[in-house]
Amino acid sequence: MNNEQVESIVKAVMAQLAASGDLPATAQESTVRQAVQTTVAASPAADIEDIADPEVKHRPLLDNPADADGLQRMLSKTPARIGVGKAGARLKTKTQLALRADHAAARDSVFADVDENLIQEMNLLSVQTCCHDRNEHLTRPDLGRKFDEKTAAELKAHCTANPDVQFIVSDGLSSKAIEANIKNVLPAVMDGVKALGYSVGTPFFVKFGRVGCMDHAGELLGSKVTCILIGERPGLGTAESMSAYITYGSKVGMSESLRTVVSNIHSGGITPVEAGAYLAEVIDLIMKNKASGVNLRK
Amino acid sequence: MNNEILSVGIDIGTSTTQVIFSRLAMENTAGFFSVPHVAITDKEVIYKSDIYITPLINSYLIDGDKVRDIVAAEFQKAGFTPADTQTGAVIITGESARKENSAVVLSKLSSFAGEFVVSTAGPDLESVIAGKGSGAQSYSEDNACVAVNLDIGGGTTNIVVFDCGKVVGKGCLDIGGRLLKLDKSYNVSYVSPTAQKISDKLSLGLEEGRTTNEQALASLCAEMVNLTEQALGLYEKSPLAESVVTKGSTPLVIEKPIRAVCFSGGVADCIYNSDREPLAYGDIGVHLGKAFRQGRLYSDFHLIKAKETIRATVVGAGTYTTSISGSTIAYSENILPIKNAPVLKLTRAEQEKVFAGDTAFLVDKLKWFMEQSDTALPVLSFEGERNPSYLATRRCAACIGFALDQTLEAGKPMLIVTECDIAKALGQAIQMEFGSRRDIICIDSISVEDGDFVDLGKPLMDGLVIPVVVKTLIFG
Repeated sequence: MNNEQVESIVKAVMAQLAASGDLPATAQESTVRQAVQTTVAASPAADIEDIADPEVKHRPLLDNPADADGLQRMLSKTPARIGVGKAGARLKTKTQLALRADHAAARDSVFADVDENLIQEMNLLSVQTCCHDRNEHLTRPDLGRKFDEKTAAELKAHCTANPDVQFIVSDGLSSKAIEANIKNVLPAVMDGVKALGYSVGTPFFVKFGRVGCMDHAGELLGSKVTCILIGERPGLGTAESMSAYITYGSKVGMSESLRTVVSNIHSGGITPVEAGAYLAEVIDLIMKNKASGVNLRK
Repeated sequence: MNNEILSVGIDIGTSTTQVIFSRLAMENTAGFFSVPHVAITDKEVIYKSDIYITPLINSYLIDGDKVRDIVAAEFQKAGFTPADTQTGAVIITGESARKENSAVVLSKLSSFAGEFVVSTAGPDLESVIAGKGSGAQSYSEDNACVAVNLDIGGGTTNIVVFDCGKVVGKGCLDIGGRLLKLDKSYNVSYVSPTAQKISDKLSLGLEEGRTTNEQALASLCAEMVNLTEQALGLYEKSPLAESVVTKGSTPLVIEKPIRAVCFSGGVADCIYNSDREPLAYGDIGVHLGKAFRQGRLYSDFHLIKAKETIRATVVGAGTYTTSISGSTIAYSENILPIKNAPVLKLTRAEQEKVFAGDTAFLVDKLKWFMEQSDTALPVLSFEGERNPSYLATRRCAACIGFALDQTLEAGKPMLIVTECDIAKALGQAIQMEFGSRRDIICIDSISVEDGDFVDLGKPLMDGLVIPVVVKTLIFG
């Protein structure tokens, strides 16, 4: 840690003390600086492992396993936290920290926005649902399912009307999922669908979206099939999982059971490129049967 | 949904011929909201034939007509017709696996080759198949250990080593229960070249037409066991040990210490059971079994009780030779089934060239391979990347598509097999560019080696998967 960083910490501490109003007379800046320097010198900054690294996570913490090879093999077959050992009745510190790190990653992917550069790079029109901010998005699912009049008009003006297939990309509950997968899924599925001879509408990105916004969009644009690629609510296993919801003849208020879902799209699940190819086939099936969701299974 | 297939296994060995039928059940094991994942969930042997002495015309040539009669009668007894079977394997093993015999069997059994029955041979494959049929493989997998299976038949001992269920070593020795044939009065009627070698070295005086005695037989069998134990690394190898390695088999290499041993094949019954009458079969099988019982292989390791002994190979052939492709694949249905397509497997380094779009390299390699193996229908195979980008997939598809289109004769399909789950994306990308010109089959989750041959069956499970048989050798 360099001097500049030390100084910034000192500054922050002094500011906080001052703000709290109970700055003790003895608290000189030099005393604080000394305390910070002592703490920094004592911490082994350089060789701290990234506890969120999958490789680190897959190292067993169990002491003296009867069959170390066997444990390693079990670990290779599941992302679950097995072979973690214990400290008394509790989890070990490492396990506890890894849990908190994963939880933090999950929270981050909910609260972060999708990188604007990515949306531009993908050449996607960017619109927003009726939600004004992330909090509203989380607390008012109903607003995340519709667009206001201005946005509706914008969509109608920019997008090709009445396509066979309309693709929508939305942050949903994980912006990280979109950032991790969309570049490899969207072009793959669009090329696949075009190669089957279907017309594809103008794809666009929806900020603060819920799955149901595809119904409003499908109704506005008159698409036969609507497909939304949306971030899944993250868990502690992965924060990068994306789902595709596909409907035939989208209508606001349509039953949830009429959606066909392909979930678990991420590098550790169904890989993005293969998912894109599979989705093209699913869309073909839906077009041919003029039905989606449970109606497709009849 | 057609979620069950009937598989037939036919084993024509040096001494015995057998037929079994098994049912392979398949299921989509993925959840309702996931991409399908079809797996073979159950394997059940539903019919086992009697064990026949392999009919011979002379000391090595198989009587094809009689073999056909046996197989026909067993189909009838089991209540099936050749059309009922969707997959399976005919395997010619041990000393029977000669070119002349292979040709005979192929022509005589072709009418039983239902939809997708294939013929295979070769000592290495036989070892692996027997190890699966005996249960050694599943023991190794379940107990996460190194287990060896010795399938001791009439003419050969087929050895396979599994580590956690995966094949890590295989080999074959010219050691078996029928290397010497004799009657109850110890009149020797046949001495195989290997038995002769051992007899000469130990001065046992074994010769066709002469009589012998218990002591000579015991010495012969003890030496055969000793040579087997040498091959498995229990003792230093003698020059004789090298000379009993079956021609055309892979040299056996043992890398990790063996924990468990399983015996299968006809002689295995005489190892597990000590109550067999000597010379009951007109050969040295019982003596050899006794010798193995007294050897270190029997006592120094955990002994696995074989699920199948004399039937291990036929059960393995009928039950374990068929695998299924991944569930997201791309194919043109009208050209299936395809049989005996030779595999060109790219190395990791070569694969990287293909992903980088090096078409010229691939064209040369394909031309060379097609000339070398004299085939118009090569299978291009590589491991693939676990999570490729869409751009890389397109580039790879363009490279493969162009190279195959350049080298294949007009009208021939493009056949691609990968290990990583990328076949649907790759196949679709190739179809986009070349689909109007050629049929394409692109499947994944199948591991093949350079020089293997593959059979691709008709799609199953509503077209989700293709049954695949990978063979190390074909005949004909």
